[in-house]
Amino acid sequence: MENGTQTAVFYILSGLIVGSAFMVVSLKNIFHSALFLVLCFFSVAGIYILLSAEFVAAVQVLIYVGAITVLLIFAIMLTAQLYSPSIKQSNEQVIPGIIIVGTLLIVTLSVLRRTSWRISTEGIEGQSTVSIGKSLLTTYVLPFEVVSLVLIAALIGAIIIARRE
Amino acid sequence: MLSLYHYLSLSTLLFCIGIFGVLTRRNAIGILMAIELLFNAVNINFVAFAKFINPQGLTGQVFTIFIITVAAAEAAVGLAIIILIYRQHKGVEVDKINIMKW
Repeated sequence: MENGTQTAVFYILSGLIVGSAFMVVSLKNIFHSALFLVLCFFSVAGIYILLSAEFVAAVQVLIYVGAITVLLIFAIMLTAQLYSPSIKQSNEQVIPGIIIVGTLLIVTLSVLRRTSWRISTEGIEGQSTVSIGKSLLTTYVLPFEVVSLVLIAALIGAIIIARRE
Repeated sequence: MLSLYHYLSLSTLLFCIGIFGVLTRRNAIGILMAIELLFNAVNINFVAFAKFINPQGLTGQVFTIFIITVAAAEAAVGLAIIILIYRQHKGVEVDKINIMKW
């Protein structure tokens, strides 16, 4: 892809991400927040494709958009009365929150500006999916197995916690 | 030309919005959604580093896969706890749930 198109796509996706993320944290209706979260996750998947990480983008759409959002919407539906717009959704910490977040943003951006990264000149060669699969089953085979145990333990734990006595 | 700085700025913005959500939401599910935003910001960082700093090893992309897995586990356990709290308290406003505060 040409540089100009890439830049344009990046800015469009960034606008979508930041706008929908702002909607997620500020909307009164929590169900609408969940729908904007879907839009945000999709745009992040677009950013991954722009960074030539196709496999991560597919996993993002499958797990975040497919699973986590559905789980969140189920939880919103099960806790019925709380998505009525009459309940106050934000606490009294909005102004301190804005101050803290603004400070964090300014400090982090200025640090990012001053840091000189050791940029590698080589690009990602070939398909990233192949090399991810290879390194998951060679270098990272122990974390790979451990994370599957973590997942099964968490799912069993979730079922036991939410079960009726 | 897009540089690493562009992607890091984007993820910083997303991270700050997520922190704001965690700080100001009263609804526990809203806090969980803001935490998912934080995870996404970190993942953008990792994938950008994988492209610009270490394109041979792809360590960042492998890390992102692990983070997404742990995020799924976290969401499942968190929502189970929220549903349990809802059954006992008839509400999930975090400023009313202070049973563990002495």
